[in-house]
Amino acid sequence: MSTPFYVSPQQAMADRAEYARKGIARGRSLVVLQYADGIVFVGENPSRALHKFSEIYDRIGFAAAGKYNEYENLRIGGVRYADLRGYTYDRDDVTARGLANVYAQTLGTIFSSVGEKPYEVELVVAEVGETPEQDQIYRLPHDGSIVDEHGSVAVGGNAEQISGYLDQRHRDGMTLAEALRLAVQSLSRDTNGSEREIPAERLEVAVLDRTRPQKRKFKRIGGRQLARLLEAGGAETASEAEADTDSDTDSGGDVE
Amino acid sequence: MDFLSEHQPELLPGKRSLPPVKGVIEAPHGTTIVAVTFPGGVVLAGDRRATMGNVIAQRDIEKVFPADEYSAVGIAGTAGLAVEMVKLFQLELEHFEKVEGAQLSLEGKANRLSTMIRSNLGMAMQGLAVVPLFAGFDVDREKGRIFSYDVTGGRSEEQGYAATGSGSVFARGAMKKLFRDDLSEAEATTLVVQALYDAADDDSATGGPDVARRIYPIVTVITEDGFRRLTEDEASDIARSVLERRLEQPDGPRASLL
Repeated sequence: MSTPFYVSPQQAMADRAEYARKGIARGRSLVVLQYADGIVFVGENPSRALHKFSEIYDRIGFAAAGKYNEYENLRIGGVRYADLRGYTYDRDDVTARGLANVYAQTLGTIFSSVGEKPYEVELVVAEVGETPEQDQIYRLPHDGSIVDEHGSVAVGGNAEQISGYLDQRHRDGMTLAEALRLAVQSLSRDTNGSEREIPAERLEVAVLDRTRPQKRKFKRIGGRQLARLLEAGGAETASEAEADTDSDTDSGGDVE
Repeated sequence: MDFLSEHQPELLPGKRSLPPVKGVIEAPHGTTIVAVTFPGGVVLAGDRRATMGNVIAQRDIEKVFPADEYSAVGIAGTAGLAVEMVKLFQLELEHFEKVEGAQLSLEGKANRLSTMIRSNLGMAMQGLAVVPLFAGFDVDREKGRIFSYDVTGGRSEEQGYAATGSGSVFARGAMKKLFRDDLSEAEATTLVVQALYDAADDDSATGGPDVARRIYPIVTVITEDGFRRLTEDEASDIARSVLERRLEQPDGPRASLL
């Protein structure tokens, strides 16, 4: 039998991380933003069938960038975890923190086990609270660490550049239309700095809306409603540029 | 449910071993549930009484639950088991919707409930039966539909109106005389309250509207806008107007002879 080449553990881990990072960066970016009434998920997704965003539980949403089959696997695992927990105990006992921990364990185990290839995924788990201060957003990179995020987060593609752009422009208490507009602007910036237009049909948008009367706060936004919101957001930014003091920003938050 | 039975089977009803018992176990029983379809939707309602033998176990029990956005279950039979069954049923519909990204068809939901009732057959033989009534708005066919069950899980679709529970015989009689094809939503909600009143009139285990304690039947409406439970005020308005007429005519509205 031949002896295998010696590879230092540091090198092996660095290689795996590099492999996962490259896989995630190949996909398209998506962003998750807080706004006045909740949390909005925006991403470019040409597919109508394969979703990047999903409902996990009443107040918890899930977003993922990377390989579809891998994050779909994690998503279903998350739904199972949440439903089982809610059935065994109570609906209030399912929290984003608990779910993020389970994901971190899973990703961490897969990342460091030699037999398996690391998952090429980066996840966002978000929970909408009663007030914006209680909102929680967790980012879970491929290696199983957890990053507690506030305001805005971007994953996949050229995420670093986009989150830089968002950090400068995102502020608390934006309306849905404003947040959506900012998200689309950030997504349409290419790596080389040039801008391109993303048509509304290629956008996947979902919200966790704390004002929804139902227990389940997750809602997808598409079609006419999305077009209307994009238009409203555009008008608002235009009027802000003209230093218009009177703003009808409330109308933008209407998602029913 | 499949996942649950593999990983934590002890959480499932029907998988528990039964203690050997003699005679009937005393446990609270829910009583009468009624449902009526109208053009554009379906109404499902239930009285508020639970009995244990000859004792009223609870005056304000809730026996009608939303199963998901477009369907609801009303339960008659052993209250504890029935509530657990509904909880599991709700969980399953929601779980399917989240995993698959699409809702089950109304037929699919009705079949699933049928399987769950069948798995309870062992308990039913010992006197702990659960017999629900399932009503929902069929989004594909755009109409309200009602499914009734027996203890063995046998499922049958009902046309127009249906009732289950101990007072169902009387409620069904009342609905038979009052039902029309062209009921409005308001008329349909009144009809179910009339039927429940008649059930309470003749069946000791069914509770009538309790004006002193302000306990009124639970009335729910399912249309293409989804599930809606009438508020306490709306339900009390209907119950009071029915009660008022009954003060003059204790037997309720009369159908024509021919």
